[in-house]
Amino acid sequence: MTLGVLERWVRDSAARLDAEAERLTALDSAIGDADHGTNMHRGFTAIVAKLDAAQPQTLAEFFKAVGMTLVSKVGGASGSLYGTLFLDMGKNAPDGTSMSAAEWAHALSAGVAAVVARGHAQPGDKTMIDAFGPALEALDSALAAGATLAEAAAAAATAAERGSADTEPLVARKGRASYLGERSVGHIDPGSASTALLLRAFADALAGEAT
Amino acid sequence: MKKLINSAENVLADALRGVAAAHPELTVDYENRVVISNAPRDGRVALISGGGSGHEPLHSGFVGAGMLDAACAGEVFTSPTPDQMLAAAQAVDSGAGVLFIVKNYTGDVLNFEMAAELAADEGIASESVIVADDVAVKDSTWTAGRRGVGTTLLVEKIAGAAAAEGKSLAEVKAVAEHVASQGRSMGVALTSCTVPAVGHPSFDLPEDEMEMGVGIHGEPGRTRVPLAPARDIARDLVEAITGDLDFTGAPVIALLTGLGGTPLIELYVTYADIADALAEKGITVARSLVGDYVTSLDMAGCSLTLLRADDELLRLWDAPVNTSALRWGV
Repeated sequence: MTLGVLERWVRDSAARLDAEAERLTALDSAIGDADHGTNMHRGFTAIVAKLDAAQPQTLAEFFKAVGMTLVSKVGGASGSLYGTLFLDMGKNAPDGTSMSAAEWAHALSAGVAAVVARGHAQPGDKTMIDAFGPALEALDSALAAGATLAEAAAAAATAAERGSADTEPLVARKGRASYLGERSVGHIDPGSASTALLLRAFADALAGEAT
Repeated sequence: MKKLINSAENVLADALRGVAAAHPELTVDYENRVVISNAPRDGRVALISGGGSGHEPLHSGFVGAGMLDAACAGEVFTSPTPDQMLAAAQAVDSGAGVLFIVKNYTGDVLNFEMAAELAADEGIASESVIVADDVAVKDSTWTAGRRGVGTTLLVEKIAGAAAAEGKSLAEVKAVAEHVASQGRSMGVALTSCTVPAVGHPSFDLPEDEMEMGVGIHGEPGRTRVPLAPARDIARDLVEAITGDLDFTGAPVIALLTGLGGTPLIELYVTYADIADALAEKGITVARSLVGDYVTSLDMAGCSLTLLRADDELLRLWDAPVNTSALRWGV
């Protein structure tokens, strides 16, 4: 997978967030503070502007640029957590401009581990980890079964979407939704929804790409 | 929802221009969205707070001599970011270190944590105190814990006085933590609030109902009950707070803040009933503050904070303060 695919991924994510910002914010209105879509959209719009201004020359530059932009432009818990994801993926990505499927899986897994270390969320807490967790499992098992990265990424996106949908009956134990206790039941976690959106955008960016 | 703004996207930037225009004793770093006090700091500990916007006068209204040295403004109801906090630390550190005063919200805590790491990389000593005083939220190590609300103002004032006296970073932090541990708050909303970028109320609250235990971000509270007279609301707020911590046998500092959409006359109506309820319980209010101090945009309602103080905390509370929203002894 090349740097070009990654760049297409974040650009496409920005477009999807533009279209989906209201839906994410509506999810956040139900159990949070009604800004998740707005904030994610602002962050990814800033990433696109940054890529337009100066194209990253290496994987490390790409991940750092995306991560720092998310940290500084999204704000809230999401900016810090998604920023940490990309920054730590960068620290765990190979040198150069392309990465193998195994290297991608390693980097993503390290990034998610860093998110867990910062946010202390466990599976079932009704957070983005409930989308990332199943996605990583699906990615790893598809790759182990000999799937291409595109196939594995599609499986991961589907698992993330299912994981996000499965947050609906959960009681939130982290983030602002946790203040609602039982009243958070019956709503999908917005962070898990944006994670599913990003992973689906990644799978679509890879679709048709020789990997 | 009608708003007195130019555009939803520019609310924060426009408000910061207003702060600068109204208060020449403050410096506004527009790029980093930091409001900085022009008061001298030479060699003493500097206090930095910050948080999502929409709670004004918290925090920029408390920047000035005897209180905060800098406040970082996030987007409405969104935590500021580590780069802002680092810029604030670089602007106000005079070698004695900085204390970050953080309200306990996941975003704020995570971003201030990253800021402390960045500050350390720059050779700036920092400590953090986290305010988590909202008794509406059940405290648990398995959740995000209690929210930070009104006690934050008391921490900023009292720790600010300690810093002004030249106490060390460790000493100022200890005072701040003591205040944070002795403050408790509880709020009630009569209406929701409207985030400018969203344009409609964050939650629906019928005319004849109110939300007990509401947060300051339009996040719904724990129970929705029929609207009641101020007397009953006052009693409920006092019960919730005094059920969590014993406030008898010590001088108490009471703060009744409006949430942004309640007239001062209604706050005083409510405060009269709060004072009665406290007196019935044998609680002695030594100092009190009534007004809009920690708000939630245009939400109607109020939040009561009680601090179990002592003579030393009262002395620091009474010390001179010169900010746009809190000013005495100067």
